[in-house]
Amino acid sequence: MFSEYSLTELSSIFLMQGFAGLILFSVFLLMALGLAIIFGQMGVINMAHGEFMILGAYVTYFTSQFFLNFIPGLFGIYFFIAMILAFFVTGALGMAVEWLMIRRLYKRPLDTLLATWGLSLILQQLYRTVFGPREVGVELPSWMMGSLPVTEVVEVQINGLFVMGLTIAITVAVAVLMYKSSWGKQVRAVVQNRVMAGAVGINTEKVDRYTFGLGCGIAGVAGSAFTMIGSTGPTSGQLYIVDTFLVVVFGGAQSLLGTIASAFTISQAQSTMEFFLSGSMAKVLTLLGVVIILMLRPQGLFVIKVRR
Amino acid sequence: MTIPAPKSARTFFLRPQDMIGIALLALLLLVVLPLALDNFRLQFVGKYLTYAFVALGLVLCWGYAGILSLGQGVFFGLGGYCMAMYLKLEASSPENTKIQSTPGIPDFMDWNQITSLPWFWEPFRSFGFTTLAVIVVPAIFAFIVGFAMFKRRVGGVYFAIITQALAAILTILIIGQQGYTGGINGITDLRSLHGWDIRTDSAKTILYFICVGLLLACILLAYFVKSSKLGRILVAMRDKEDRVRFSGYDVSSFKIFVFCLAASLSAIGGAMFTLQVGFMSPSFVGIVPSIEMVIYTAVGGRLSILGAIYGTLLVNWAKTSFSESFPELWLFGLGGLFIAVVLIFPNGIAGLWQSYVAPRLGPLFGGAPTRRAAPPSASPPASGPIAPAAAE
Repeated sequence: MFSEYSLTELSSIFLMQGFAGLILFSVFLLMALGLAIIFGQMGVINMAHGEFMILGAYVTYFTSQFFLNFIPGLFGIYFFIAMILAFFVTGALGMAVEWLMIRRLYKRPLDTLLATWGLSLILQQLYRTVFGPREVGVELPSWMMGSLPVTEVVEVQINGLFVMGLTIAITVAVAVLMYKSSWGKQVRAVVQNRVMAGAVGINTEKVDRYTFGLGCGIAGVAGSAFTMIGSTGPTSGQLYIVDTFLVVVFGGAQSLLGTIASAFTISQAQSTMEFFLSGSMAKVLTLLGVVIILMLRPQGLFVIKVRR
Repeated sequence: MTIPAPKSARTFFLRPQDMIGIALLALLLLVVLPLALDNFRLQFVGKYLTYAFVALGLVLCWGYAGILSLGQGVFFGLGGYCMAMYLKLEASSPENTKIQSTPGIPDFMDWNQITSLPWFWEPFRSFGFTTLAVIVVPAIFAFIVGFAMFKRRVGGVYFAIITQALAAILTILIIGQQGYTGGINGITDLRSLHGWDIRTDSAKTILYFICVGLLLACILLAYFVKSSKLGRILVAMRDKEDRVRFSGYDVSSFKIFVFCLAASLSAIGGAMFTLQVGFMSPSFVGIVPSIEMVIYTAVGGRLSILGAIYGTLLVNWAKTSFSESFPELWLFGLGGLFIAVVLIFPNGIAGLWQSYVAPRLGPLFGGAPTRRAAPPSASPPASGPIAPAAAE
């Protein structure tokens, strides 16, 4: 399938698709980060993760509308405020959900899966009723529009670059929070040995609640970033949930590095193949590849040894 | 672990209360519903009952063995598509399709510029092969998946996620390969089975009774599996897998077997669905239908064979009547059902029956004719609403 292209064409194709893959990578990674915290650290399957992300996207949309209508002078910076709002709104919803539902189900992971699926259905219908079934898109501030030429045939979009930068910043922040802060230490202690962590004075219930809230908050930020590159509808979240779970499982559920590596592999594979095959076949082959590798190596790419 | 019922109390593999339960269900499906409902509504019930095959498989696979598969739609779809391919070939005889540029192939292939029948469609000209394929193809597929996963001791949540991914993959594949599968519309315009027109009202009534007959046979099979030594090992495995392994049993083989059995049961349901409804499409394969099928089982009672049938009928009846009058409310209702069934009544209707109705019925009959529920776990109903953890 490569024979009909010349070498320079091929390199441009790979570069372009590689860049498109990087945007997909950002979306995957942002969604997977929150999920990696919730699933990898707490062992909770949150099927409503996509809906938390969409909530973040809606918050961003309404913030942009607010700025557009009331303070258009500051429109250039609305996105940063929207992101912070999205984080706190989804985080608060996440903590409420944890308190009402998840905390009763820690010993029954499969039941959590069903309950959060139910939650996702309710949220979808709620968005449809409240925000309407149409997809909405935000207006980008002028500095985010346009593209930068890299070579004669290759251009990169500024909003894509921005989302990538944002992804890197959030990933670093999560890594610092999890591995350098005392709160991150508490989270990891609870994951590794809940009883001992409780015995040395960590309030495990509180840690659980904030961890879940943080995971959902990051999903909200992911939704914010998502509005920069696509439009938002009530069911947009569901499109990504399977891919994201595969990203987390493929990377090795408890490893941040693994999540990054697997998000990168999956998004690049999918986006490169998309150019040569049809979009659906690229997706089928990528997912199938991941599933087959997972069957051969169920623990994922990177494994952290935990004594149970 | 199960406390084995005394041998003398069982005639063969059914306890008396099970026999009463099955007889009542048969009475309901074969006599009461056909008399009470018009033809149109009866066909709805027939459609619901095809999902009951899936729910039945899930009781064995999820309730008894603790393996939650979120990909049962895959098997339902495989069975349905096998049957649809046969019916489509019969409907696409050269006389019926002579206006096409290539007569004798299904219409959607012609629309997609395919000029000869693909090789994997060829064997579906034979009815015998199709019947065999409906049962065997999903079982082989389940065997491959189960073998790869259970031999490596992958279970629980990981298994659920991977089966869900498989459901997504198959849906995308079917939609993408429009020329070979009919794409998003599925395989439609099915007419006759072996020359017998399946679109008439009388044919649909006959198909309904065939469906009920098959379902009852599958229920008996499920009871047989449940009461056999195999069934006891499955429950033991769900509750303490390591102990069963240390006792010398090959845990993975039992899991593979029950997963394949559930797959074949779902596929029979899929094939009956195609026959009764007259088409098959990817919308019965993907993630959403697969997980909805799990809720049928959960509502009925994941530990109760008969409960799952009632659960399927009840949820689908609610879905149809809600979607007719308040389409917006249905998703709220379904979502709430998912949450309620997990938090409030984890053993479903069967559990409620067991805890509240059966104890009151007991004295009336001098025995304990627990009609629907037969919890195999040691936890008596009085121990509260917490289900034995389906899988840890």
